[in-house]
Amino acid sequence: MTVLDVRHLRKHFPLRRGLLGRTAGYVKAVDDVSFSIEAGETLSLVGESGCGKTTTSRCILRAIRPSSGEILFRTGTGEQVDVAPLEKKQLRPLRRQMQMIFQDPFSSLNPRMTISEIIGEPLLVNGMTDTTIRNKRVADLLELVQLPSAYLNRFPHAFSGGQRQRIGIARALALNPSLIVADEPVSALDVSVQAQIVNLMLDLQDRLGLAYLFVAHDLSVVKHVSHRVAVMYVGRIVEIAPTTGLFNTPWHPYTEALLSAVPVPDPRRRAQRIVLEGDVADPSNPPSGCHFHPRCQYATDRCRIETPALREIAPGHSVRCLRAEELSLMGVPAA
Amino acid sequence: MSATTAENKVAVASQRQLIWWRFRKHKLALVSAFIVAAFYLVAMFADTIAYTEPFDTQSARSYIPPQPITWFDADGHFHPTVNALKGKRDPRTFKLSYAPDPGETRDLVLFGHGYEYRLFGLIPTDIHLLGVSNSRPQDALFLLGTDQLGRDVFSRLVLASRTSLTIGLVGVVMSLVLGVLLGGISGLYGGWIDVVIQRVIEILRSIPTIPLWMGLAAAVPNSWTPQQVYFAITLIISLIGWTELARVVRGRFLALREEDFITAAELAGASQMRIIFKHMVPSFLSHIIAAVSLALPAMIISETTLSFLGLGLRPPAISWGVLLQDAQNLQTLALAPWLLVVALPVIVVILAFNFLGDGLRDAADPYG
Amino acid sequence: MADEPILSVRDLHTHFFADEGVVRAVDGTSFDLHSGRTLGIVGESGCGKSVTAKSILRIVERPGRIVSGQIMLRRQNGSTVDLTTLPTDGREMRSIRGGEIGLVFQEPMSSLSAFHTIGNQLMEGIRLHKDLSKRAIREQAIELLNMVGIPRPSQRIDSYSFELSGGLRQRVMIAMALAAEPRVLIADEPTTALDVTTQAQILDLIRRLQQERDLAVMLITHDMGVIAEMADDVVVMYLGKEVEKGPVDEIFHAPRHPYTQSLLRSIPSVLAEPRSRLATITGSIPHPFARPGGCPFHPRCPDRHAECETTVPAEVEIGENHVTACHLYTKVPA
Repeated sequence: MTVLDVRHLRKHFPLRRGLLGRTAGYVKAVDDVSFSIEAGETLSLVGESGCGKTTTSRCILRAIRPSSGEILFRTGTGEQVDVAPLEKKQLRPLRRQMQMIFQDPFSSLNPRMTISEIIGEPLLVNGMTDTTIRNKRVADLLELVQLPSAYLNRFPHAFSGGQRQRIGIARALALNPSLIVADEPVSALDVSVQAQIVNLMLDLQDRLGLAYLFVAHDLSVVKHVSHRVAVMYVGRIVEIAPTTGLFNTPWHPYTEALLSAVPVPDPRRRAQRIVLEGDVADPSNPPSGCHFHPRCQYATDRCRIETPALREIAPGHSVRCLRAEELSLMGVPAA
Repeated sequence: MSATTAENKVAVASQRQLIWWRFRKHKLALVSAFIVAAFYLVAMFADTIAYTEPFDTQSARSYIPPQPITWFDADGHFHPTVNALKGKRDPRTFKLSYAPDPGETRDLVLFGHGYEYRLFGLIPTDIHLLGVSNSRPQDALFLLGTDQLGRDVFSRLVLASRTSLTIGLVGVVMSLVLGVLLGGISGLYGGWIDVVIQRVIEILRSIPTIPLWMGLAAAVPNSWTPQQVYFAITLIISLIGWTELARVVRGRFLALREEDFITAAELAGASQMRIIFKHMVPSFLSHIIAAVSLALPAMIISETTLSFLGLGLRPPAISWGVLLQDAQNLQTLALAPWLLVVALPVIVVILAFNFLGDGLRDAADPYG
Repeated sequence: MADEPILSVRDLHTHFFADEGVVRAVDGTSFDLHSGRTLGIVGESGCGKSVTAKSILRIVERPGRIVSGQIMLRRQNGSTVDLTTLPTDGREMRSIRGGEIGLVFQEPMSSLSAFHTIGNQLMEGIRLHKDLSKRAIREQAIELLNMVGIPRPSQRIDSYSFELSGGLRQRVMIAMALAAEPRVLIADEPTTALDVTTQAQILDLIRRLQQERDLAVMLITHDMGVIAEMADDVVVMYLGKEVEKGPVDEIFHAPRHPYTQSLLRSIPSVLAEPRSRLATITGSIPHPFARPGGCPFHPRCPDRHAECETTVPAEVEIGENHVTACHLYTKVPA
């Protein structure tokens, strides 16, 4: 069952110049993005700075308002609602079904509230005013994320980064959402803690049937958590495929370069790497045609003029590249 | 205390407690807090601590130097006394003047009798902190000497403290209300309302204060009492003074809006009201307290300066600035240098407020 | 490769004296840096890797200071000096810092001034260590920018740091670190704040510069992948102590210390099966004020026994240039 169906999502930020703030142009942070997520599935959005993955995730949760496109969300009653055009008031009942886990464990918890209050807040503002019932639910949630209930009256400053992320996860789960958007949930954590949180998220997904939209830049973590992966570059999805397919047989040169750039923790595998020239393209002034062409070693003149469309090249595997069929790209070597 | 108990104590410590603990470490701020508290205590009990009526002029007692207390008598017993006054008529001018008479002493007593007043404005009494045993205080006690009109400087100083320390409070409260309201709206909603408010703030801040005061002082009707005049002017000054606080509040709101925990509250479905009052306000409360503790001395300095220049309160009103006016010219100072002692409490309390404000600000936001 | 180490750290102890207690940020670490070789120092938060770098450069902030140990630098003129004996703000230390030892930080945005052009900052760095005419300095700055791969350096030299991307800024940082032609380069998490493709470029650059200039590189990171890519020798640190030290291949393919083994098992990898769980290390990194007695890792160690709680293990040699501090190996026969 499809929990989320995003169609042709666009978010443009106006560039203001001059004394009176005239609009001089637009930053196409999200430029025609489409994907869907099934219940119990994890789709990862990967890309580098400026690719639009964070903006996409915020649009989906309606923390910001999209410029155009549809965000079809399946509510608890089974109907599909387009949340893109809704007003704040109409969104409130839907809020409880999609929640977020944040990247920074230090700014995602209000330092002036106890963790009992923090986890209980979604319950409180959604009508669970009876304190006893609420406290019980908070205790259950703490148990779900494997934190001792003795911690209920403590304040966030008493906890480590990993523990705070667990608290954030407990808060996100409070309202029984069907979709959780995780925005770089483990990037700020130590390696050993990262492992614990990744495992926790996988366990919770199995137990509760959650769908995750996992936004990340770390491809190694993405390999562990995803069913499918979408690679974004300057506001567009350039490739989307099941995890194994994307990592083993990428069809887009950017994906190939990304995979080759990830340092592998094995000194015997210091293979020849594809080192890209130049910097990530500027979303306020992207290159013509295929945005990636200036850095692409396979680019031809056609790539500079024509904008490729996202098309299916193998079952469930789509790519945005004019030359995809001609190229034979290198994925990660088999373990 | 074992490591775990200490850890536990810190773990359940609310933000307020953490701030208090941090503040406690700041010794200077702690001392300053006591000093400020002491000053306001004096202001509250001003009439009790003073022993002579401030308007009791006696030209014969003019320019008497400060009379020290002799703490121990000839035998070494603790027996505080002061010298009595002796009248003397100048043979040529027939002007009566008083001078201290070392031969005659009066015993100093605690809680002696003096002029009548109402404690807290309610309870009529005539008990003052200090008195003399067999005389009226105004004839014997001159701890800081007298001024040109024979008025006791110590008593006037104490009563001036009350005026100077409290008159700024109204202005600060007004600034507070306006500052938080307008700064909050500005920071929270942004957009054109933010632009308008910010430009207004900039215009107000660029108006030079002293010419403004002079203009306002001239515009106020003559029929008003000095207190009414001052009150009106303070009000108008605070209508300009709110700008500083507004900017601080706006800055905090702007920063807070981007915080993840605010987004999390929005996503949970919290109402705008709840987000403002439960999440945002507690976050900048400590900043406001710090800003207020720095706005108050600014008010005090304003009043003192303006009264000193003759633009604020005028005699017969008493404030530090008014008292300092007496010390304005060099001749007076040469004759009666003790009149300058009024500057001392001003300096001390302003410094104390500043250290206190700094301490509060550092405790509230060690990284800010 | 020179046989004599160019920088030798011996039993370094750097402690922080806070009101609440003493934090032994670096608690006895020793290693050598050789020209043309990269030493990787790896560990998680609180392991002391950054403090080690700062100790070498004598820029440890208060209330921290070096309590004991030696940092022997073999200088250009052949003499050896113990950096711990030099006054932190003295002329000699200042000429070494940025001169013979270059440093690259993690956050290029905060390390570069926003108020000066990158050219100004670069030229200032050169001027501090070389006595040349203004024009010569500018030419050298342009040459440095070119060396680190900044396109159109003669124009870029007059840009401000905020006009450059993260990758370009980090290249400028590297140029500044190399301005005075140091023999040692200390890079503290140089690529952590960068995108992965940019990271590849920067690591590539560091490697190339090392080969060209025979630099001794000390690379500090938490990323085992970067270590595997770049390091010749590795020091693994935990809570201020070094737990294992050896050639990179040994560390990755024959790790001995339980922490190293657990750490390697818990790293996510692009080679893993999708949706596979990661191995975890039980517990979490203790608070610096609540450091365990005996071996610092023992509360989380799957192989601990009684001795580990009470006695700090001494370093034992377990292979060629491969040592570890663990009771499991203390009784290894000679």
